[in-house]
Amino acid sequence: MVNLFIYTSLYLSLFFEVFLLITYLEKRPHMKKESEDRVIENYPSVTVIVPCFNEEKTIGGTVQSILDLDYPKEKLNIIIVDDGSKDNTFAVAKTFENNNQIKVFHKENGGKYTALNFALEQTTTDLVGCLDADSFVDKMALKRMLQYFDNEEIMAVTPSIKVHNAKSIIQLVQRVEYVWAILIKKMFSYMDAIYVTPGPFSIFRTEVFKKLGLYKHAYNTEDLEMAVRMQNNHYKIANSHTSYVYTVTPKTLKALYKQRLRWTYGFLKNSVDYKHLFFSKKHGNLGLFILPVATISIFTALYFIGNFLYLIANSLVEKVIKIQTIGLNFNFSKFFHFDWFFVNTEPIAIISLILLVTTIILILLSKKMVDGKIRFSLDLVYFLCLYAFIAPLWLGKALYNVAFSVTTTWR
Amino acid sequence: MDKKTLEWKKYLLVFVITSAIFFTAIFISNYFGQKKIEELRSIQNQISINILSSEIQTSLLEQFSCKDVSGTALSEELGSLGDKLVATESTRGITNLEVVELKRYYSLLQIKDFVLMNKVREKCGTKNVFIIYFYTQNCGECQKQGYVLTKLREDFPQLRVYSFDYNLDLSAIKTLISINKVKNTPPALLIDDNIYYGFKSIDDINEIIPQLDVWQKEMDKQKTASTTETAVK
Repeated sequence: MVNLFIYTSLYLSLFFEVFLLITYLEKRPHMKKESEDRVIENYPSVTVIVPCFNEEKTIGGTVQSILDLDYPKEKLNIIIVDDGSKDNTFAVAKTFENNNQIKVFHKENGGKYTALNFALEQTTTDLVGCLDADSFVDKMALKRMLQYFDNEEIMAVTPSIKVHNAKSIIQLVQRVEYVWAILIKKMFSYMDAIYVTPGPFSIFRTEVFKKLGLYKHAYNTEDLEMAVRMQNNHYKIANSHTSYVYTVTPKTLKALYKQRLRWTYGFLKNSVDYKHLFFSKKHGNLGLFILPVATISIFTALYFIGNFLYLIANSLVEKVIKIQTIGLNFNFSKFFHFDWFFVNTEPIAIISLILLVTTIILILLSKKMVDGKIRFSLDLVYFLCLYAFIAPLWLGKALYNVAFSVTTTWR
Repeated sequence: MDKKTLEWKKYLLVFVITSAIFFTAIFISNYFGQKKIEELRSIQNQISINILSSEIQTSLLEQFSCKDVSGTALSEELGSLGDKLVATESTRGITNLEVVELKRYYSLLQIKDFVLMNKVREKCGTKNVFIIYFYTQNCGECQKQGYVLTKLREDFPQLRVYSFDYNLDLSAIKTLISINKVKNTPPALLIDDNIYYGFKSIDDINEIIPQLDVWQKEMDKQKTASTTETAVK
């Protein structure tokens, strides 16, 4: 029974990675064509909402990056909504007010989705998007998204998110994770299976909110719920992989844990709310493949890492017992004596190795997609060594919270 | 075309590729597993040839001098075979038929070696010391006892350790147990017709076998001799 679970989940993981690779190979010429810059004749009007809460240090840079966008000024508006900050955020925002592109509002604290809805109600432009006050857009980001809106079926476009100024090891780990997500998001977009329109700079047709309604609380993952709601109504979401947004990521393990717990918990709870999408043929790749795999992968990751940790703990205990009984006894000749006989060649070990190699290949391909070349860097090592150990923290807690109805908070 | 038509062809392709990788991996794993078993078999064959040749030597002992009886190398081979068997046991499971068969054969080889070495000791008066060790699966003290015996075997090549799974279905082991009246409370050590139950540390065994001390002193002497020799050079 346990073996059946192990082999099934290994098979599924491999299936998923092969699927990504095949999609990548299939769509590569497509991606190249999309990344060529083109001349735009007709610029739609755009509103960028900046919801902020206690972000006095970063908001200036965020707004400035929007002002610096390569986009006609008369077509670009900014609405800053201070969601009841306790620091100087509102005062900093006010300094931008004399720019006629920018409107600044202050409201009582009600959560990010209320700030977004507050601004959405005043939005009259063709397109609307949001930029979290801890993120910065690349100059070309918005312009490069326009080609996707040429297709009338596309109702929203997501960007490629990069980690801004990674310093701590936790941030370096996330940098690799975000790069890897860039490729995944692009492949998901080809599969019509994007299920998150991230807070940093996803751009929507304004009619989406008129037709499907405003943002909901959605367990503090309103950006996930909106995307799933759109998928539920067969609205198409594209990804503009050359539109870069830089976001400040959690510096410490604790902050990262809180953020990811919120994401995972939100994913699970929203999945329950939209459970009819699962295995629904009407929802194509998303319903039949991506959503189920994303859910199963939480359990798979927990099982494998739990098992791995158990084995490590076991061998440590053995080492300790050995030292206790016969003392420290380091045999040099035995240490350097390699005998292939003792290499684990069980099927699970070999398949896990193949999975690891495929994951590295996919990460390197993502790097190539982002940087134009494959470059090896230390952060990949951090990622491979650490991610498996920290991810179970929030995966496990999120499952626990869902099972025992504990709610998560933003900060 | 329907907007949400699944790309069935692609799914099929991915299915074929994934399955191919998956089954190749299982195939490779089986191949290596088989190789390992073959290696164990070939070591066993080697040992059984060695034992056979020693047996012939002993039966010829009347005509030959004791100098020609070799045997210390054999004990090392038995030891490394034992290590490999333990590793195979832990990856393939103790109920794997092939593993059980290998283990039975290994136990027989050990008994054969023991009987033979006993004869050599009687005839030639060699100073070999034998420890017969009984263990069972999932016995915590046995794990510790195993470490102690491995360490002693590494330190003293003249010491011969034979280890037996008390519950292994093998009549030769059952006989060994009934002759010496060994109770099923492992770990149990049989040293010179005395049975010792429970975990015995290195110090305990040193006390039981005074010969170990003698060997230790001899080795120390040799060591200092060789170091002074190199110093003189």
